[in-house]
Amino acid sequence: MISVLNTIRTMTKEELKYSFTQIFPAVTFDESGEFLVAIIPSEELLPVMKELRSKPELYFDYLFCETCIDWKDHLMMVYFLNSKTHNHTLVVKAKITDTLNPQIESVYDIWKTAELNEDEIFDLFGVRFLNHPNLRRLFLEEDWVGFPLRKNYVDEHMIEL
Amino acid sequence: MEERSVEMGLKDKLEFPGQIHETPDGGFMITKLDDVINWARSNSIWPLAFGTSCCAIEMMHTVNAKYDWSRFGFEVMRATPRQSDLIIVSGTIVMKMAPVLKRLYDQMPEPKYVIAMGACTISGGPFFYNTYSVVKGIDHIIPVDVYVPGCPPRPEALLHSMITLQEKIKNDAYYRTQVDKK
Repeated sequence: MISVLNTIRTMTKEELKYSFTQIFPAVTFDESGEFLVAIIPSEELLPVMKELRSKPELYFDYLFCETCIDWKDHLMMVYFLNSKTHNHTLVVKAKITDTLNPQIESVYDIWKTAELNEDEIFDLFGVRFLNHPNLRRLFLEEDWVGFPLRKNYVDEHMIEL
Repeated sequence: MEERSVEMGLKDKLEFPGQIHETPDGGFMITKLDDVINWARSNSIWPLAFGTSCCAIEMMHTVNAKYDWSRFGFEVMRATPRQSDLIIVSGTIVMKMAPVLKRLYDQMPEPKYVIAMGACTISGGPFFYNTYSVVKGIDHIIPVDVYVPGCPPRPEALLHSMITLQEKIKNDAYYRTQVDKK
């Protein structure tokens, strides 16, 4: 009983940082926000995420938000992870440097909820998710040209600000 | 004075359009067919149950007991465009919704009327105007009879617009133009 209680406990930011560095040493952290943010290159995403999901002391079993940010010179994928068991939260950001043909591994195999999130990100940002089961436009029509939430998106109906 | 004019306005709405002459054995009336038909049509409008966002909430208030548009002859809402002759477009219309709205309008039998309720349907709205997804006014898609500004308009404003529509119906010559066509 005591050993179970020892394993189920919320990690502090420092402990999360330590555990993350064990998985992937070349990480950079950002602690300016509410959650601890770990920034990694997009190529390393899948193995790191698998570790975060499976390690017993981390056990991030819930992807509660997935989104993307367009920084003009690069795209930043953002994954909000939470552990329902340990009740700790971590944000993982993956930097995509190729803005002309952005692509990243899908995390659908780890968290099923990623399917629709990634459909939406593909729809609005044009990020291609590799090994995604059904990558398609979610909100816009199939024949829509361009990705509206990209900074370089031009729309004839919109007023230039 | 004002009270009197309100009373007269109401009387105009309710009164039969034409002259009624009482005679000892019953009486007769003189009127125009157009006026009678328009009088009947304007007091029996069947709106389509169609709402796309927050204006629809306000529209539901107008339907229900507190404001109760049935008082003015708007009856119940129909769930199919084939049984209705008025569409109140209440809420933002996005590009994806535009063909649906056009189809609903096309399915309604003539004569049909459109009320554009709220800022979004008039111009695209105060919040989402400059976006890739919003239609900048439904008059790009279907013809509009009455515009009600507001975000959202109060139920009183919607009732006012519907009474304005009744005025319009009373003054149009739909029946006559149909006969002229034949």
